[in-house]
Amino acid sequence: MKNKFPTKLTRRQFVRGMAVSSIAAAIASYLPTTFASENSEAAVQNANPQVPILQGNQFDLTISEKTVNITGSPARSTVVNDSLSGPTLIWHEGDTVTIRVTNNLSVSSSIHWHGIILPFTMDGVPGFSYEGIAPGETYTYQFTVQQHGTYWYHSHSAYQEQTGLYGAIVILPKQAEPIEYDKDYIVQLSDWSDTPPETIYANLKKSPDYYNYVQRTVADFTNEVKREDLSTAWGKRKMWNQMRMSNRDLSDVSGATYTFLMNGLSPNAHWRAIVNSGQKVRLRFINSSAMTFFDIRIPGLKMTVIAADGNLIQAIEVDEFRIGVAETYDVLVEPDTDSQPYAIFAQAIDRSGFALGSLTNDASILAVPPKMDPVPNLTMIDMGMAMGMDMSKGMDMNKGMNMNKGMDMNMNKGMDMNKGMDMSMKHDTDSVAINFNPKLPQMEVPRKTGYQSTMRASNPQYRLNDPGAGLRDNGRKVLTYADIKNLYATQSMPTPTKELVLHLTGNMERYMWSIDGIPFDEAPPLQFKYGERIRITFINDTMMNHPMHLHGLWSDLETGDENHIPRKHTVVVQPGAKISFRVTMNALGDWPFHCHMLYHMMGMFRRVQIRNM
Amino acid sequence: MRNLQSAIFLVSITLLLSLSTSVEAAESSKVFSPTKEAAMIAMTNRAAKNERDPFLSYLLLDRFEISDQSNNPVSWDATAWLGRDNHKLYFKSEGETTSGNTDSQNRLLYSHPVAPFWDVQLGLDYDQTDEYKNQTWATVGLQGLAPYFFETDIYLLANNDNVGIRFDGDIDFLLTQRLILTPRMGFEAYTQNQSRYGLGSGLSSTDIGVRLRYEFSRNFAPYLGIKWQNTYGSTEDFVKQNGGKSSDTSLVAGLRVWF
Repeated sequence: MKNKFPTKLTRRQFVRGMAVSSIAAAIASYLPTTFASENSEAAVQNANPQVPILQGNQFDLTISEKTVNITGSPARSTVVNDSLSGPTLIWHEGDTVTIRVTNNLSVSSSIHWHGIILPFTMDGVPGFSYEGIAPGETYTYQFTVQQHGTYWYHSHSAYQEQTGLYGAIVILPKQAEPIEYDKDYIVQLSDWSDTPPETIYANLKKSPDYYNYVQRTVADFTNEVKREDLSTAWGKRKMWNQMRMSNRDLSDVSGATYTFLMNGLSPNAHWRAIVNSGQKVRLRFINSSAMTFFDIRIPGLKMTVIAADGNLIQAIEVDEFRIGVAETYDVLVEPDTDSQPYAIFAQAIDRSGFALGSLTNDASILAVPPKMDPVPNLTMIDMGMAMGMDMSKGMDMNKGMNMNKGMDMNMNKGMDMNKGMDMSMKHDTDSVAINFNPKLPQMEVPRKTGYQSTMRASNPQYRLNDPGAGLRDNGRKVLTYADIKNLYATQSMPTPTKELVLHLTGNMERYMWSIDGIPFDEAPPLQFKYGERIRITFINDTMMNHPMHLHGLWSDLETGDENHIPRKHTVVVQPGAKISFRVTMNALGDWPFHCHMLYHMMGMFRRVQIRNM
Repeated sequence: MRNLQSAIFLVSITLLLSLSTSVEAAESSKVFSPTKEAAMIAMTNRAAKNERDPFLSYLLLDRFEISDQSNNPVSWDATAWLGRDNHKLYFKSEGETTSGNTDSQNRLLYSHPVAPFWDVQLGLDYDQTDEYKNQTWATVGLQGLAPYFFETDIYLLANNDNVGIRFDGDIDFLLTQRLILTPRMGFEAYTQNQSRYGLGSGLSSTDIGVRLRYEFSRNFAPYLGIKWQNTYGSTEDFVKQNGGKSSDTSLVAGLRVWF
């Protein structure tokens, strides 16, 4: 899909200042198009009548406890405005929003606006931005919205995010985006358990594979022996056995306790969006789960990915993508719903369950989900052991830009994208190869070895075009970070002046997580001078994916093209891999920087302090 | 006139920019006076530590079984602990009871991690026996996971009269996600003969078993199994003198319960 810069705003795209009532919007989404009011065609919807949509610039949110029944058994949840998931908030770029949050729980609570650039006192993290919202109190957030796109919010207190305290944010742009579509839906994914989260964590501490029902069995071994021979099969097992690691360690908490929800609805309740054939639909995927990576596809329908973490990217058509905890992806689809309903299928990375919804032209005609993929096996690649893995098969964009051999990339070696494009765009569309080894002065940080770390990646690689265990060579075109390029030119951004290398570490057997062997509470803060630009490199010395989130600042992710560096707020570091991004430290205050897997968070965490020095 | 206008414009922009950063700086110093900042960080760190390393309690009844030996002895093997990542207090008890006669080995240990997969444990062993005399030992040992996922306990026991080694190891083979086969091996060895306590020097006894359990949940698993109990050397003599069997094979049925 070519980039289009509109010369005028179309009525379909421009939605501003309309008081969309939640009921009307929800009802409209179920009615045939001829009855839909004129503001519903491109109005943001969540198509769940129980989840309100709130617009404007004054918001009142109340946090309370509620008994819910998702699995057939009643359970306690912590919700916003009495709704699991919380109300969808629609803001307008440029507005000053005022949000009064009242805490009716008996414990402290908070709401953090994920990915939003704002003064640190409005960031909603107890111990960083404020002391939290005490029971019975109301905290008034107020800030000017400086961005647009798909975002979300959630509690940053204890495990309240796991018990339902999250919701979606859509920020409508000041200037219309160069994208056309007829319908606009939020697809917010989450993981729900009836087990209290403190119990989930205690179970993990006592028996880390408590929820893992996808382990290798004796049958797997005998099948391997049949396929190959005893000594080859044994040789493969030997290394894992000696290291006491499981190659099926994909999710700590699984479908054994989780029901996966789409916009607050279980697969049985089956979320549905009513769409007619020929309509272009924007789907705003948000991973609001506590611990689950989802692999998303719509069988029979290609998806054009247009935004990542709220920011527009160069459109790329894929069959499937993996969404890490806290990430967002916007896609455009054009389902031919006259011929069939389409299943929005989000399977958990360990294939222990899935979230499900349908794109259909009739609310009673629902899609049947496909079978889940086989359980992935982690490999030596995921241990950071493989040498020189060339993962660039089949990726046209990357011919000539082999990431993993990128030790000395010549500048401007990249492809000339200008053939066939409007010459006035020439500068914007130039591709410029990134130097992945820029030799910057290194920030010194303390590092500890000991029983809290069980592994070290001996040969970590960037692996930007690795879709990840479970999606490699599956016959489908799967999105990778190497495909994510900023829609706009970025080569004029300042270069970093120093580099911070951090190792993500852990001991799965004791369920202990840390950075450089040091948990959050034993580590000094990372201190920066206001305005400096830093390159941050993560090396994952564990076998799990870690979605690393830096509050209040953009992570400019190095995906291969210096001139199209995407801005993200959450960066997934794959098992045994390396990844680099750049941050301009231009927001004063104390900011959390942590893995967004809820049960890893308390250890794999650092306090970032930005001061005028 | 133009230059003056530009100059005024530039000066006002500069003033506005410095005003906004100084507002931010004022915000920052409003919350973060050095003492308030230090207090907030200390409190946040304490809360984080309590959340990632909570005080926990654990109780596993690994074996609770009846055997088809004469008089159908019932035996158990239980482990309990209290504590956090770095410091735990363990209580372990293993024993057998047959028509009123109970023999058990019980240990109370302080446990501390020394390696990624190993804890060192220090404390006391108390042998309680109806047939012989009770005995107390000082104990030091290692508990952990050896390569190839072999769960291991090995302890060195000592008191004024004797020194001993007690070892237990087992490994789980998953036939399915819930059907698990667990071979297990234990042995005891001592340096001294102690007829009063029924222990002989050298290799004293071995206890080998294979149990097949079905996990209805992680917390509840019935099992069937077979075990071989053997005594050697002087221990064998003591057992025979007391009218017992020095070597026995039996079937067992039991429950594995995790609370």
